[in-house]
Amino acid sequence: MDDIALRAERVSKVFGQSRVLDDVSFELRRGEVLCLAGENGCGKSTLIKILNGVYTPEAGAAFSFGDAEAVSRITPRHARALGIHVIWQDLALFPHLSVAENIVFDDYVASPFRPLSRRAARQEAREVIERLGVPLDPDTRVEDLSIARRQLVAICRVLRAGARIVFMDEPTASLTRNEVQTLLEITRSLSAQGISIVFVSHRLSEVLAVCQRVTVLRNGALVGTYPTEGMTQTRLSQLMTGRELTLTPRHAACSGEPVLELRHLSRTGEFEDVSLTLHRGEILGLTGLLGAGRTELAHVLFGMNRPTGGELLKNGKPLTLRSNRDAIRNGIAHVSEDRLHLGLVQNQSINMNTAVTVLDELEKPRGFLSPRRLRELTAEWIRRLGTKVNDAELAVSSLSGGNQQRIVLAKWLATRPEVLILDCPTVGVDVGAKAGIFDIIRQLADEGMSIILISDEAGEIWMNSDRVVVLKAGRVSRELTPNAITEASLEEIINA
Amino acid sequence: MPRLHLGTEGVLAAIIVALCVVLGLTTDTFLTTQNLFDLLNNQSVNMIFAVGLVVVLIAGGIDISFAVAASVVQYVVMTLLIDHMGGGNWLLGILLSMAVGGLLGLVNAFLIHRFRIVSIIVTIGTFNLYFGLLMVFTGGVSIYDIPDWLYYSIPLIDLPASRGSATLYLPVVVMAVMSLATGFILTRTGFGRAIYGFGSSPEAARRSGVRVGMIHAFAYGWLGLCAGVAGLMQAHIVQEVVPNALIGQELPILAAVVLGGATLGGGRGSVTGALLGVLLLAVVQNGLNLLGVTPYAFRMIVGFIILVAITCSNLDKLLPRRAISKEARP
Repeated sequence: MDDIALRAERVSKVFGQSRVLDDVSFELRRGEVLCLAGENGCGKSTLIKILNGVYTPEAGAAFSFGDAEAVSRITPRHARALGIHVIWQDLALFPHLSVAENIVFDDYVASPFRPLSRRAARQEAREVIERLGVPLDPDTRVEDLSIARRQLVAICRVLRAGARIVFMDEPTASLTRNEVQTLLEITRSLSAQGISIVFVSHRLSEVLAVCQRVTVLRNGALVGTYPTEGMTQTRLSQLMTGRELTLTPRHAACSGEPVLELRHLSRTGEFEDVSLTLHRGEILGLTGLLGAGRTELAHVLFGMNRPTGGELLKNGKPLTLRSNRDAIRNGIAHVSEDRLHLGLVQNQSINMNTAVTVLDELEKPRGFLSPRRLRELTAEWIRRLGTKVNDAELAVSSLSGGNQQRIVLAKWLATRPEVLILDCPTVGVDVGAKAGIFDIIRQLADEGMSIILISDEAGEIWMNSDRVVVLKAGRVSRELTPNAITEASLEEIINA
Repeated sequence: MPRLHLGTEGVLAAIIVALCVVLGLTTDTFLTTQNLFDLLNNQSVNMIFAVGLVVVLIAGGIDISFAVAASVVQYVVMTLLIDHMGGGNWLLGILLSMAVGGLLGLVNAFLIHRFRIVSIIVTIGTFNLYFGLLMVFTGGVSIYDIPDWLYYSIPLIDLPASRGSATLYLPVVVMAVMSLATGFILTRTGFGRAIYGFGSSPEAARRSGVRVGMIHAFAYGWLGLCAGVAGLMQAHIVQEVVPNALIGQELPILAAVVLGGATLGGGRGSVTGALLGVLLLAVVQNGLNLLGVTPYAFRMIVGFIILVAITCSNLDKLLPRRAISKEARP
């Protein structure tokens, strides 16, 4: 077995009282694409940080690299020398600098006082870009690039730094299907160049498509390492969660009366001539490639932007939304795609985050906010949505992704909406928590709420919608019923 | 979508040229060597402040204590030179000003870095502290008896002009040297690019191994150093040291630097932009004077220019997001 790039044995890590990693062993072959899978909080990030030299493991661990002597810990310097690099989910790029400058940035740090040559930087950047075979212009500023392109810049940067082992943390979380395909191809070409890649992703289909082996962690302990050949998504999610997940497609409910009607709705440059009807108690799946106008349409329905044409009817009456306040007043709620920045005030308490949409309600009748009613309201929603909260006075950032998303839901449900617009509600939420969120959504629909579910995961849409509308370049291209088609054919339609 | 891309500096330069043409046509005094030289002589102090301040803004910070710090430098340096060094000379004066100014800047950097305080709060604190100390220790008394080397102005370029002669004095050259040095550090060294990187994304810079303490120390220290030099030049130009001569200059200079493309968010800005920002406001003021407009109108017009400039540069964010959806379409 001389083909081992990295072997880690008996790795443990204790933070205060809790043992977040317990005696995990891990092996990475040269030129292999390995997936590190597990639910949030299973110890994946801790393991990556130990291997990257950020954290020191507990005594007893051993790390070896090919023929080199085993060591008991990896220092950041050591990690660099061995070519171990991490591409974090936020990419850690410099938006105001050019692509070339981002790629050679490590030089600036290593030799700060050497005079620079812009031409040399551009030339070096171009070489790496060509080696990766991607369409990047060295002179563009990173802030002008899409997330997918930025990711390529981050990959170029570690390549130039001489990466031998690359950890990619949730690289596909904010990419569209086509972009994911490109990324997966690049991953394969890197591995063909002898670079080992560790892929961390919540999207199991991708994991199975690109990786040769998958290492599963659960609650800080190693479950095992399995070849992906013959592995199914269901089996993998069982290994990750340790329980059986039953997902059943939704039976198309017989539609109630129309609640929201869009007639030839347009907004110049974003979407055109969109007509659709949302019925009571219905889950309407809205999908299409990123940039097809899904999110833009949601913003108009929530009163954030004004349409430039067409009309909107609510319960048969024309509805004009001047702002999102109007929308909330008219019983429309919107869960944004960016939970981290737009959905929650991260450093405020769980109580405040839940109550923020109904503060004026809570001030009635006397105009003062009642802390007791605020606490009661939060407690009620936390209970109804099955959120795991120890202390609702803690900052919302202390919760895991799935529980944060429940708080976002609670905050909007507190407004007692008739129409709930969910923009990618499961981004960055792990397998077990996803199922929980969809249970809530289905139950809400059964109670009579009308829901617009936006997502680019065909499986999610197919499983949870009564009706699916596919947008393409700002127009409605298809309207389908999930139980008339298969998941795979829905995927083809979206990408066609 | 082919579009002429000038950048902030290009747009500013174009506006300045246009203003100059208009003023050249409407007044017969604006486009004279004498007037233009005077403009530079008068603005060199502000420009030295501006090139220092742009470094802090690029690093994502802000400093409003620099003008007061410059007054402190004037007093400390004059007192040291007159009382302890028998008057000193140019070399000693400049070095001492740089050292004292740099030190005052480092105090800001230390507080910001060590105690993680937001830069605006720290510099509001030191602004009051420095000014209070100055007034307490000087009792508000000016120094009129400055050394001879500082008293007599030093003409460097002397051209014959319609009335007498047009002269460019030493402060302009000092301004040019400070600008070139700052520009070199910011654009031609890795350290300078790391300052941009830090301003652009502090977390990414930290993870790349950038030494954040060094960035803070340099940014605020360099502004302090520039402020020291600017203070010496101001004393040289007005031939006296008055404790409240510079206070109040910080906001107009900040406005000029922001006009030159720097933002309070960091990662943006350039020396050229900062200089052009100061120049634009100076040309406007000069033009208004020559046109006989009341000086009270100047502040009003400056405010208007800043608001229009910032509004224009944000316009593209308000339009529908065409570019993004276009990129994603196959």
